[in-house]
Amino acid sequence: MASGVAAWLPFARAAAIGWMPVANMPMPIAPTEKNKRADELIVLNVSGRRFETWRNTLDRYPDTLLGSSEKEFFYNEETKEYFFDRDADVFRAVLNFYRTGKLHYPRSECITSYDEELSFFGIIPEIIGDCCYEEYKDRRRENQERLMDDDEDKKDAKLPNMTFRETMWRAFENPHTSTMALVFYYVTGFFIAISVLTNVVETVPCGATPNTKEVTCGDRYTVAFFCMDTACVLIFTVEYLMRLFAAPSRYRFMRSVMSIIDVVAILPYYIGLVMTDNEDVSGAFVTLRVFRVFRIFKFSRHSQGLRILGYTLKSCASELGFLLFSLTMAIIIFATVMFYAEKGSTSSKFTSIPASFWYTIVTMTTLGYGDMVPKTIAGKIFGSICSLSGVLVIALPVPVIVSNFSRIYHQNQRADKRRAQKMQKARLARIRISKTGSSNAFLHSKRNGLFSEALELTSSIEEEQHLSKNQSLLESQHHHLLHCLEKTTNHEFADELCYEQSYLEGALQSYPSQSPSLSSQEGMTGTCCTRHTKRNHAPLPNSSIPTCALSHTHPHHNLQELSTIHIQPLNTSRSSLNMRVDEPARLNCQSGTITTAIISIPTPPATTPESDAHPPPPGPTLQNVVKVSAL
Amino acid sequence: MGALMVIFSLQKDQRRKRTDSVEDELELSAVRHRPEGLEQLEALTRFNRKELQILYRGFKNECPSGVVNEDTFKDIYSQFFPQGDASTYAHFLFNAFDTDKDGSVSFEDFVMGLSILLRGSVQEKLNWAFNLYDINKDGYITKEEMLDIMKAIYDMMGKCTYPLLKDDTPRQHVEIFFQKMDKNKDGVVTIDEFIDCCQNDENIMRSMQLFDNVI
Repeated sequence: MASGVAAWLPFARAAAIGWMPVANMPMPIAPTEKNKRADELIVLNVSGRRFETWRNTLDRYPDTLLGSSEKEFFYNEETKEYFFDRDADVFRAVLNFYRTGKLHYPRSECITSYDEELSFFGIIPEIIGDCCYEEYKDRRRENQERLMDDDEDKKDAKLPNMTFRETMWRAFENPHTSTMALVFYYVTGFFIAISVLTNVVETVPCGATPNTKEVTCGDRYTVAFFCMDTACVLIFTVEYLMRLFAAPSRYRFMRSVMSIIDVVAILPYYIGLVMTDNEDVSGAFVTLRVFRVFRIFKFSRHSQGLRILGYTLKSCASELGFLLFSLTMAIIIFATVMFYAEKGSTSSKFTSIPASFWYTIVTMTTLGYGDMVPKTIAGKIFGSICSLSGVLVIALPVPVIVSNFSRIYHQNQRADKRRAQKMQKARLARIRISKTGSSNAFLHSKRNGLFSEALELTSSIEEEQHLSKNQSLLESQHHHLLHCLEKTTNHEFADELCYEQSYLEGALQSYPSQSPSLSSQEGMTGTCCTRHTKRNHAPLPNSSIPTCALSHTHPHHNLQELSTIHIQPLNTSRSSLNMRVDEPARLNCQSGTITTAIISIPTPPATTPESDAHPPPPGPTLQNVVKVSAL
Repeated sequence: MGALMVIFSLQKDQRRKRTDSVEDELELSAVRHRPEGLEQLEALTRFNRKELQILYRGFKNECPSGVVNEDTFKDIYSQFFPQGDASTYAHFLFNAFDTDKDGSVSFEDFVMGLSILLRGSVQEKLNWAFNLYDINKDGYITKEEMLDIMKAIYDMMGKCTYPLLKDDTPRQHVEIFFQKMDKNKDGVVTIDEFIDCCQNDENIMRSMQLFDNVI
């Protein structure tokens, strides 16, 4: 129900007069206000502060505490007011929600106390207006992080009954949990450092023997370096295998970045072992050794900051992409210009455009090596323009990256981002549900309404009252309005499922009729169209119509009623009685309405679908436009 | 150089705040409308004081500035018909309510329209309905005008209907309407034909009484 515009409902109903001359059928009866009382002021006493408002204002949102009869629990007979022992400041925001339809979040309030008040008064936080929603979400996230940090400290306590595998995994992830883990952590760190150092020192020229040229240490102490390398690789392999064993999800572990780095770090060694000392492949072998430098990335397990840096770069991918793109554009432009400017000068280093790329890059990043300099005047002018624009182009995306990094560094997590996305999805889902809820409310009440009308005829009045208690007057008036529209257009509202099914069946209509073994039913299958079961269908003899034929929520027997023919009946709700085969007598005398069935496929003739009293005919039912009287 | 960039980025937030205030000032000088006094409205319409109070409170709540423009009107009306698109019909309604054609519905327009619809005689109500259908206000309802109105009404149903809405359903409905209303078969419906025919139609007469106790 459009509660925010409840005040305009009388206007909408009055405007419905515009439909009357157009409608071909009589309109349904308007709901009457059983106990119409004049609008009165009610007093809400919240911790001593008195708020007064009209009763109608609170009735706008009947599914909250103040809008429903739940507030009667708080009514104080002596003082004739409603007393709430809650925070008066937050109550202001709550009451303003009723008055204006928008919920605001007062920034000075603590987020948890605000949440508590909202849940006390039965208001979902998702309807906070857009003006305050971001602030609300930010505060909420900070609060949850704080709680999470507290949890982290608690998490380190060892849970009882952990398997050996789980203990090992926990030891790998949090080195502080046990001494063994700490030892392992430091040992691996040490070996990573040794390995990196070895790689570096290998290439340093180590004392020369007088008659030959300088050799690198690696070549001089080959065996020693080889042993060092082997030891490191062994440790790394063992570590990797242990992690693989302990990982709770091996597949996910193998896909993770850290494990890929591990593999890349140790693989060259094994490949080198396998390959023989062939001259052709030794070149490739040397290249492989380059990959050993990736071992340095293994330090990221040991350093939080390094992980965050990596994460920042990943999250700023678009800014980095933009930076790269704009740089490339600028480089090409300036390289071309410089090439043509310097073409005239003699002994110019700008031999081709690609050769000018180097100059452009060095100039734009303000490096200025000086190995290529322009000599012509035009070249110098363009060169200066190049260096000035280089500063600009590089400076633009960098602050974004910097601010991203600082934000992430302070907030600290990729898990946090994933959680935020889930909450956004949940919020949108809840808003969508509440929106479809309003349109579905009409459909639901239609079914209930038909149910209650059928109940009237069995003269069980108590049940009828029980059913209609939930609808407020506003809702019933709104539904009456929608009902009038249906009558005007001779079509009914259906929900999405029915629409799709009828659409599909409409598509099927082009084929000739299929198995006539099923009876003459209208072809609505599925659980959504329960109300259609109440319309003109002759139930199958073998279907289990319960004697209490009012259980309209039995869609099971619908599944048997697969009909290929799409009959489009338009009948009033009274025909719901037709389904009660067990009481044909009563059926005959009470359902005295005329129904118009319009069917669209001209195929073999069939009997009327309204002949409920008779057993269903074997063939499919079709007719042209027919006026059929319900028996 | 990097430090300079960081400083620039921090400063840009402050600059944004200054430009916003200029736009805010423009908003403040928007239209504010105060309606006639209660006594005058009581004389002009058939509502009593209490009813006018209730109506005005609801009106002002939704439109604090005192006038409704067409977009707000469409917004409000669409909330009653969540499944379909009520904007076309709301457009026609807006034109029917906006009697002085100034592009906005003030409280006087609103309450005078309601007075006719809820407290007027049958003749007046039918007159109002004719005015709604006659889009160009030339005194005749042509088939095209009726088709526009019909499409607008069917749009409000949305697409999830049972039975499925076909493309020519509005047109068929218009044909039925013209068959009923157009007595001399000249292709247009005049006000007299319209009122005559409606007064003779029992269903329509009964429906007109339906909304008598809305307020």
